[in-house]
Amino acid sequence: MIDAFMRRIGFAVVALFLAGPLIVVAGVSINEKQSLTFPPEGFSMAWYGQIFTDSGWRAALVASILLAALSAALAVLIALPLVWFLWRRIAPWANAFRLLGVAPFILPPVITALGLLTFWATVGFYGQSWTAVISHAIFFVTLPLVTLSLGFSSIDRSLVEAAATMGADDRLVLRTVVLPLILPYLVSGYAFAFVLSLNEYIVAYMTVGFTMETLPIKIFNALRYGYTPTMASVSVFFVVIAAVVFALIARFGDLPRLLGAMASDQS
Amino acid sequence: MSGLHLKDLSKRFGNFTAVDDVELTVPHGTFVCMLGPSGCGKTTLLRMIAGLEEPSAGSVVLDDEDLTPVPTHKRNFGMVFQSLALFPHLTVGENIAYPLRIRGIDKDKRRKRVEELLALVHLPDYAARPVSKLSGGQRQRVAIARALALSPRLFLLDEPLSALDAKLREAMQVELRQLQQKLGITTIVVTHDQREAMTMADLVVVMGEGRIRQAASPMEIYRKPADAFVADFIGSTNLLEVEADSVGRAVFLGQPIAGLSLPEGMAKGLVSIRPENVHLTENTNGAIRGRVTFIRDLGGTIETFVEAGGTIIVAVTTPRERSNVEAGAEVGVTLPAESCVVLQQ
Amino acid sequence: MRREPPRTIADYAPLAFPAIMLIVFFVVPFSTMIAVSFFRRQQGGFYTPDFVIDNYGRFLSAFFGGVLGFSLALAIMVAVICVGIAFPFTYLLTKTSRRVQIVWLVCLLSVLSLSEVIIGFAWSTLLSRTAGITNLLVAAGLMSEPQALLPGFGAVLTGMVYQALPYTILMLYPALVRLDTTLLEAARTLGASPLRGFINIIVPTLRNTIIATLIMVFVFALGSYLLPQILGRPQHWTLSVLITDQAIYQSNMPFAAAMAVFLVLISLALVGLTLLAGGRREATA
Repeated sequence: MIDAFMRRIGFAVVALFLAGPLIVVAGVSINEKQSLTFPPEGFSMAWYGQIFTDSGWRAALVASILLAALSAALAVLIALPLVWFLWRRIAPWANAFRLLGVAPFILPPVITALGLLTFWATVGFYGQSWTAVISHAIFFVTLPLVTLSLGFSSIDRSLVEAAATMGADDRLVLRTVVLPLILPYLVSGYAFAFVLSLNEYIVAYMTVGFTMETLPIKIFNALRYGYTPTMASVSVFFVVIAAVVFALIARFGDLPRLLGAMASDQS
Repeated sequence: MSGLHLKDLSKRFGNFTAVDDVELTVPHGTFVCMLGPSGCGKTTLLRMIAGLEEPSAGSVVLDDEDLTPVPTHKRNFGMVFQSLALFPHLTVGENIAYPLRIRGIDKDKRRKRVEELLALVHLPDYAARPVSKLSGGQRQRVAIARALALSPRLFLLDEPLSALDAKLREAMQVELRQLQQKLGITTIVVTHDQREAMTMADLVVVMGEGRIRQAASPMEIYRKPADAFVADFIGSTNLLEVEADSVGRAVFLGQPIAGLSLPEGMAKGLVSIRPENVHLTENTNGAIRGRVTFIRDLGGTIETFVEAGGTIIVAVTTPRERSNVEAGAEVGVTLPAESCVVLQQ
Repeated sequence: MRREPPRTIADYAPLAFPAIMLIVFFVVPFSTMIAVSFFRRQQGGFYTPDFVIDNYGRFLSAFFGGVLGFSLALAIMVAVICVGIAFPFTYLLTKTSRRVQIVWLVCLLSVLSLSEVIIGFAWSTLLSRTAGITNLLVAAGLMSEPQALLPGFGAVLTGMVYQALPYTILMLYPALVRLDTTLLEAARTLGASPLRGFINIIVPTLRNTIIATLIMVFVFALGSYLLPQILGRPQHWTLSVLITDQAIYQSNMPFAAAMAVFLVLISLALVGLTLLAGGRREATA
């Protein structure tokens, strides 16, 4: 049918557009010599090894992963009690905090970055590596906030009432009913925050850019002084990490629902 | 005083009064059905008994203990929710064992109790199944078993059978009643289905607009409805406007109903008479004259609609006693006084 | 457990940590930034508390006006192109099987999460002379020798569309996936072709969604910071670049802060418009 054919073409064009730059980067990442050529000349995985063996790249990788792991955890720790409170209590004014949590994500990132820069400079901690953890946690708190809000709204309140009639107090209800039910949403909130923190540049740059190198900062710094193939291998490495994490979310969670579709059995 | 006692219980949501000054005493071992149209406050009343809603006024007393300030989780009631509220992340066995687990009862005892309960609701060997793999009737039984796990002081059910199809619902009504009689547990069921209430209850509580209209045995509710609301809601009935004549006899369309008089001081009233008690005759002498407008043959019974003076009177007969009338025929209608209930208008 | 208003201090306890974190590390920094925008700049990168509006006064310069105009025009172009591609694409995507949708969603999220640095680097490679697509055109005989396609406006625009497209698709996805399919079926039974039905029924039904998405993508594109630097020339720098440049390299925090406050005001006004459009959609739904 002509419709199906047109659709295939449309999909192929978008797919090519999205994949094109990454294919080229993947291609140059396996060049044998340190040159920026495509199609690749020779084949070598050495540049992938560089990520782990070169001390500069390895340090940046470790810094990025630590930063992402810690800041995503902190973001979840901020979001979880807030969403629990909003769900558990009738307190419309507390939605102001939800708004505060979403704001950094909607505004241009340079604003949050500059705000945090002035703040850390004013209180005298500018450049300390832990400030990046807090900065990223605030910047990405939106993600667990949104997934957890979705998770809580999917809990049938009669489940909680049923637990109460069977003798569970607030604490037990939270532990035995609520947490198991929202666990998939909590994990995806963490994963989203983790991947985005891994890739984030400007907030990290403005807060700790002069004292610490995360991978995006390292790539950008390296880019200024010319090309090294490790940039390409790191980029491919990051794309793979993101794809794996999101595929896992899709495998164990309900990705269409997380992204705004109705419950899966309806779509 | 032993049993459940609801004292002047009220619940207001803003300007809306959901439950209005309810007073009710339920002896131990009674099966109570709260019956009423949707929005009559029956579910709110049940939720107040369970502690899931806070009363605006009044108290819930069980065996002389005022439970009003006691939180839900300390009341030890078993409750079955309309949605059933089975935990989707737990298996059948884990669902039923939930109240035991959170009380720290050890594994072996838990397993034994789960087996007992599953046997009680006729679902042996279902413990390891996920609840998502059960049919509607099976979920129902699991919810009941879970609510009974701790031998609760009160067994509360909110529209428990509404999600089932008609046939299964009737079977579950009988089963639920038998289970209750076996355990002797005080049970309160909220329903909007009057057949369900009539099938199961010792005591039917009819509610309307937040108030108890009548609380009595099913037979009494049917035969002696307390007011027009109850008469109309329970079964089907003919509600006829009557007037008192000079000697106090009830007169319908100028025709006195033999042997029926209105209470002293009542000039106008309503007579409620069940369709199966209305007699049709071909002879219009001494009877109310009417014209047959429609005949509905339901197989087991035949409903005849008679128009008399602008009022439709329905008569129900069995095929055996069927009178030979056709639509359009002139008939006489007689109303036996012993089947008539006089109500305030 | 009833859902009820908090009464005792203990009821408020869960709110304590999130509230403190958000106030101390978002509200306070934000307010600090606003305050700094009124401070007086000292030579050598310092600034002193004061209340001057000179920083805002500099907006009136031709240079600043040029950068602002370019930033807004660029963001508008990105938004229009992205929605123009994403709307029909997302519509078709929601018509595919759940499996296909999930594969696409995973890919889109992966691209969306990519660092601007990586996107910039990838496109600079793709558009470069030595490893770029022009090599393919040469190989195909369409071009005599490879050439660099960057830096330039086209490169900046392409990079930003690439960055914003997954975001646009994911913004449109919820509305399109929930769309009542019987609307289109009704149009078909009344004699409309699929394309006609799409243009006459689907597009008007989702007009507010489209407007809201345009605005959100516009704000998203305003935030782009690295792509104009990597793929463009200095005349293609946007307000975001200028803010960072002033803050870090020119050490003029008060002016950077003033520009940031201005950017917030633009963004907030537009997000407000979005909410308004969203609200009207709910009201008419």
